[in-house]
Amino acid sequence: MTTAVAISLSVNGEHVEANVLPRLNLADLLREHLKLTGTHVGCEHGVCGACTVRVNGDIVRSCLLLAVQVHNATVETIEGVSDSGEIADLQTAFRERNALQCGFCTPGMLMAAQDLLKQSPCPDREQIREHLSGNYCRCTGYQAIVDAIETTALARAGRLP
Amino acid sequence: MKASAFAYARATSVANALELLTAHGERAKVLSGGQSLLPAMNLRLLAPELIVDIGELAELRGIVVKGGVITIGALTRHVDLLKSPEIAAHAPLLTDAVAHVAHPAIRNRGTIGGSLAHADPASELPACMLTLGATIIARGPRGERRIAASEFFAGIYETALAPQELLVAVELPVPHKDSTHFFHEFARRHGDYAIVGLAAQALVRDGRFTDLRLGFFAVGDRPLLARSAGKLVDVAITSTVLSEAFSALDEELDPLEDHQATPAMRRHLAKVLLARCVSSLLDRPDLRAGASA
Repeated sequence: MTTAVAISLSVNGEHVEANVLPRLNLADLLREHLKLTGTHVGCEHGVCGACTVRVNGDIVRSCLLLAVQVHNATVETIEGVSDSGEIADLQTAFRERNALQCGFCTPGMLMAAQDLLKQSPCPDREQIREHLSGNYCRCTGYQAIVDAIETTALARAGRLP
Repeated sequence: MKASAFAYARATSVANALELLTAHGERAKVLSGGQSLLPAMNLRLLAPELIVDIGELAELRGIVVKGGVITIGALTRHVDLLKSPEIAAHAPLLTDAVAHVAHPAIRNRGTIGGSLAHADPASELPACMLTLGATIIARGPRGERRIAASEFFAGIYETALAPQELLVAVELPVPHKDSTHFFHEFARRHGDYAIVGLAAQALVRDGRFTDLRLGFFAVGDRPLLARSAGKLVDVAITSTVLSEAFSALDEELDPLEDHQATPAMRRHLAKVLLARCVSSLLDRPDLRAGASA
């Protein structure tokens, strides 16, 4: 029974069918099988947040989800939300505010930030920090990241001066 | 790292899951949200031969309040508890506690059943189950078994569950409508493993506790329902009474040493939490500094 299992799912709007070993996690399915390398693999035990993707609309750790668990699910990655333009303003704010340096954590940061902005349109800085508490950045010190998200929230609410 | 190879079975019903667990026993592991199991497998701390995925058993999901009892299905996720109006209305201690469980992306997958069956001594929900007097419901080859939370947690990652049993739900008596609660934990960063935590539920009349349940976590190999709470019930709380409660609490604690804290630090922080809890629940700022004495 350690043999491959057939799964079918939607990834960024495209139907995907694959035969996967049970031990394959979603992050590796995306990166190695589908060549969607924007989802990063850092700690592989759910601490760093670099592998954050959306499954059925909820952000999850793709290193803590088996590919076999996303059978029939809808998966969205950083490539999907970039190409659709959903987070274009957030990406611009990150760039303008220097909220990224090496960029390793950035896809996960953007996925978590967009999740927050969808749930609470005008979060304060404390709420932003709390929502990103599961995402490590080893370059920026977070200040610029919080700034960029705050700016995007205000702009989306039409409250930028 | 990656998990080692294992076989996978997607359970189609509770009965099917029980058949698989009966056939494979300790060689199998139940997968619900996977937020504790998969890290342990990726770190090769665990290498089960078979994963029994119960994630699609919708019958194990949901929150029902009926006849003074809150029933929570094992597959109910942390985020479901956090956003549940029933939980906020009837067991707000849980709403507060769940906000401290890891991070949003993990709360979107992690389940109450998984957390309880995993029995990490630093987890919030096991301590809340003690405080709220929960009953844990397990199903096995010989039918259903009801286990008091106080009998359920047996050590680090150890519970009263047999390898052939599946945790299917928990039942909580709805706390008295006038009761109040306190939840706090010390952690390096929001969502990290607690260094020490306290989940408390109380009834206060005329400035005194008529009931007080103190569920500590990360103070030993399992959550602790502190008997020393009895020192604070039906008495006027003074700094002397509080000091006696500190001493009694200290005798009950058996803190572990790890990379986060020494046992001495945990003993100190447990007292700080107790002082803050009593001070907050009685609205007595004068008692807050008690632990430094």
